[in-house]
Amino acid sequence: MPLNSTAQLAMVDPSKHQSLGSALSEALDKFSNETCLIEADRERENHRLSFRQFGEGSLPLAKFLQDRGIGSDSRTAIVMTNQSRWLMAAYAIFYTGGVLIPLDYKLTATEHLALLAHSKSEALITEYHLWRAMTETDRFREFSAGTVLVTDAPKSADLHGALRWEDVKADGQPVYTPRQRKDWACIVYSSGTGGRPKGCVMTHENYLEQCAALTSLFPFWPGVRYLSILPTNHAIDFMVGFIGPFLCGATVVHLRTLRPEFVRQAFSKYQITYVTLVPLILKNLLTGLEKRFDELPPFKRFVFNRLVALNRALTKKGPNTTLSRKLLKQVHAGFGGQLQTIFTGGAFSDPAMLQYFYDLGILVSNGYGLTEAGTAVTLNDLKPFRADTVGKPLPGMEVKVIYPDSDEIGQVAVRSKTVMSHYLDDPELTSQTIIDGWLITGDLGRFDSEGHLQLFGRIKNMIVTEEGKNVYPEDIEKTFEGLPVKDFCVFAANYIWPERSMAGEKLIIVWQLHEGQELTGALLEELAERNKTLLNFKRISGYLTWPEEFPRTASMKIKRQVLAEEIRQRLTRQSALKDL
Amino acid sequence: MQTSEEIIGEILNLAAAHFNVSRGELSANDDFFKKLGIDSLQALEMLTRLENHFKIELPDYELQDVRDFRTLAERIKARL
Repeated sequence: MPLNSTAQLAMVDPSKHQSLGSALSEALDKFSNETCLIEADRERENHRLSFRQFGEGSLPLAKFLQDRGIGSDSRTAIVMTNQSRWLMAAYAIFYTGGVLIPLDYKLTATEHLALLAHSKSEALITEYHLWRAMTETDRFREFSAGTVLVTDAPKSADLHGALRWEDVKADGQPVYTPRQRKDWACIVYSSGTGGRPKGCVMTHENYLEQCAALTSLFPFWPGVRYLSILPTNHAIDFMVGFIGPFLCGATVVHLRTLRPEFVRQAFSKYQITYVTLVPLILKNLLTGLEKRFDELPPFKRFVFNRLVALNRALTKKGPNTTLSRKLLKQVHAGFGGQLQTIFTGGAFSDPAMLQYFYDLGILVSNGYGLTEAGTAVTLNDLKPFRADTVGKPLPGMEVKVIYPDSDEIGQVAVRSKTVMSHYLDDPELTSQTIIDGWLITGDLGRFDSEGHLQLFGRIKNMIVTEEGKNVYPEDIEKTFEGLPVKDFCVFAANYIWPERSMAGEKLIIVWQLHEGQELTGALLEELAERNKTLLNFKRISGYLTWPEEFPRTASMKIKRQVLAEEIRQRLTRQSALKDL
Repeated sequence: MQTSEEIIGEILNLAAAHFNVSRGELSANDDFFKKLGIDSLQALEMLTRLENHFKIELPDYELQDVRDFRTLAERIKARL
């Protein structure tokens, strides 16, 4: 899509601001009568708010927080599903100069409590059902945040000292607290719920620069509607489903029910312009489309196929949305007729799937990013469309491939004003990750002659699921503690046997049995039972029996890298790895 | 008021029909992700079928940590 200079002029200029609070505040004034939020639940529309109403809803909360001593530099966590109140709470925190800790609502209550403790959150804003789950865990005894606000609590519920969002009343106006570009804005956890927490400290500058870079490629403007589906705690939705559209006066649409049928309806009901989808949801959409096409009578199917082929030929050099909408009217009507681009990233997307959408005239811009880099690093600008790459570096991003091999594939490193400040309370991990100002990603890539980045697997011991979730083996090992084996260790299979692909990543357990111990069905059953207690995307899917002692450090920690190398040298994936 | 066992039976009937598996292969304590070979989105689709059948509203979060039919039945029973 061409750069929209009118939109650029109209938007709040991030380069003129020191902080998110200041930039958002200008947006609320500038676009006061535009619609900023629509919230729907199934067929119902809960509400529609203008930027002015958004401010009116947020500022009493800011005052309430200030009155309770939660203000400048205080850390406040939000654990909520996507909704208007999420963004209102975030604005209130930024307005008072606080630091926001956005946590993934899909984590378990124990994990929430662990991260609340690690982040030293002084306040928590959450939904009743999530709060109730936290209060029911053993770990709740250690909970120390002094202020808790819960939404949608039943009247008779025991709130364990929490206050109701609906009861927030504040006299007077809050005091706006200015922040500087290098001040902390958020602490975003990229992983570490069970192992070593990775709290990425993001500055106001990180977000303002990212916003400028993304909107230069894909501008928003009043009237644009962004469908917010990825969790807002996720770096992508936080930027593209909050900061970006707000600074441009666009509308964010939230669905309280993320079931496929309601998501599909939302495209046409709310005339969606942009959306970001993880590969799993894209695949679901694809399956739905294929099913519809397969049901066409033979002649209609024949005509349809010819139209798709014609569209493919006519858009080979670049997208032409107007033409595609005319040629394949019904397909586009199903997406509301206003859809400009679907963004995807965060996990491996099958190029054939991306091409399928492109051939229908549905533009999918594939990108690459990581929380530590401040969301997106590269993005496909669709000039022309490339299904086999993750695009070119965004403006302001320096991206290089270090230590390339003979195929020019090496580790991707990033330097930019969007790269996080550091990992919270972990100077050692920070110094291993950011070297001379370069963020070492652990992902393997290569630039082609057009300047597009292609990814070829990763060298770090982790996986990214189709849902875009990072899973680190250390984070799930606790689940298997006490298994009746001598020793065990969880790995990403590709860490042991590197594959030049991001597809089909999986976690496996490597164990050493006691002397004389047999591998029995009972042991596998116990493994399966414990595995079931993990959220489905965190589960292991294979096991390997290693006949020797695990190599250990002087402090008895398993030397994972050494163990992986030993396994790789002696066993092949095909012969040693058993499916669970 | 339906009993838990009756609710479980109806859930199993619906799941078997929706995902085209034999009813006899399903039992209350099954991990439905594994048994039905479905992902989280497909599980959400099943939730809508259950809402329509039992004429209730089940928020998405009710399914978040649920993996077996029995627990799902308890969540439904609490809202009947």
